[in-house]
Amino acid sequence: MAHTLAPQLAHGFADPVHDGQAVFRAAMEALSRPGRIRPLDTALTPPAPLTPELAAVALALIDADTPVWLDAPLRAEPAVAGFLRFHTGAPIVASPGQAAFALIADPARCPAFTDFAQGTPAYPDASATLILAVETLSDATGLAFVGPGIRGTVCLDAGPLPADWASRWAANHSGFPLGVDCLLVAPGRLAGLPRSARPVTPEAIPCT
Amino acid sequence: MNSQVQIQVTPSPGTGYNFAYLDEGTKRMIRRAILKAIAIPGYQVPFAAREMPMPYGWGTGGVQVTAAILGASDVLKVIDQGADDTTNAVSIRRFFTATAGVATTTRTAEATVIQTRHRIPEAPLAEGQVLVYQVPIPEPLRFLEPRETETRQLHALAEYGLMHVKLYEDIARHGHIATTYAYPVEVAGRYVMDPSPTPKFDNPKMDDCPALQLFGAGREKRIYAIPPYTRVRSLDFEDHPFRVQSFDRPCALCGAGDVYLDEVVLDDAGGRMFVCSDTDHCETRRADGHTGEAA
Repeated sequence: MAHTLAPQLAHGFADPVHDGQAVFRAAMEALSRPGRIRPLDTALTPPAPLTPELAAVALALIDADTPVWLDAPLRAEPAVAGFLRFHTGAPIVASPGQAAFALIADPARCPAFTDFAQGTPAYPDASATLILAVETLSDATGLAFVGPGIRGTVCLDAGPLPADWASRWAANHSGFPLGVDCLLVAPGRLAGLPRSARPVTPEAIPCT
Repeated sequence: MNSQVQIQVTPSPGTGYNFAYLDEGTKRMIRRAILKAIAIPGYQVPFAAREMPMPYGWGTGGVQVTAAILGASDVLKVIDQGADDTTNAVSIRRFFTATAGVATTTRTAEATVIQTRHRIPEAPLAEGQVLVYQVPIPEPLRFLEPRETETRQLHALAEYGLMHVKLYEDIARHGHIATTYAYPVEVAGRYVMDPSPTPKFDNPKMDDCPALQLFGAGREKRIYAIPPYTRVRSLDFEDHPFRVQSFDRPCALCGAGDVYLDEVVLDDAGGRMFVCSDTDHCETRRADGHTGEAA
């Protein structure tokens, strides 16, 4: 007789203290050096389509104080919300504008950045952090950026991304200090793009 | 698939506290504030600073930032006015040795995390290092406008005329900009920031620095940051450009002429000597064979 228990819950960090610290430090390095791709190792096996890297960043940064928004593929799999609720206690919100963090498994269909909290002129930190699970990350091609944390120019390409990625970033940066910040996670790697990163035409400045 | 996962409990060596003292929920809250601070260079992110087992004014903000970023493989250096061997530095270093069991060093080049009170090391910092400042009063406009509601608006509007008036009044009174420490800087062309009470001698080191700089103010509950390779400009006027302090003699122990010096009173008959404020820099130079007049 098949047992009728609910499917087993995927485990969280084996060592919550040091695993959480390692993922945070990777995210801190990624955001303080925009566009530079860093390793992100994790042994998590979360329910698909939540990728191990999405889950690792989520477990390291979110908790009961941070409303989380899930994109359509993540919402469609109830085990994802169950996993996040059990391990983080974060409230899962229906509207992207209410979220402190957004987990996005299908970055090509990421809602407009302006649908997320942008912060206010007095409190620009009250803005969303988007964590996008991409399949590829490359610093050899792609949109070129300048700004704090970048020595000269840096290129970052990821896939899949929305078709209007370049104009989205130009608009996101032009609202500085308001805007959203992105962490792009790929299998075993991540890169950060804070709102301070300004996209430039690659013809103007060669990638260094 | 019966995956058994052993949850490891990570006690700190001999204290009964969590690794690096703070609980994990507090660390996550501070970590989120640090990430926003990095994304908005120079902006002061409010955070829920905790009471720490040391008095306000002893670096409770810096200690919380350090505790939130510290990992088991980090090597920690703590300085107080440049010195590794003063009370504040020794007690904070012992605090993290006891609660996190991390390795500590006095060597600037060997450290991955450097917590500082009021100095930036003389040795150039490198990529991968994090400099954590202890900040007493994070708001550069506080003595010009006491209301938090107003200073917040001034930052929102990037209205920094008050600060220029203050520097101008220095010139009107003294003939030059007489502000010598906590000298205001503009970060990445947007926010004016208090670099904490470092001597203005250290301001140029903040510009285009390869290391990440994090600032923690515990009593005032603010965290702010300067990412690596960020433009940090000391405020000045075209006809009164920013200048750092200069000294008319080298360090009496190591002979260094391009460093910030402390005055040490030697007796009650007016005897005094000037020595490097950065003790590690001085010791390294003396080990390399440099000597000053008193060595």
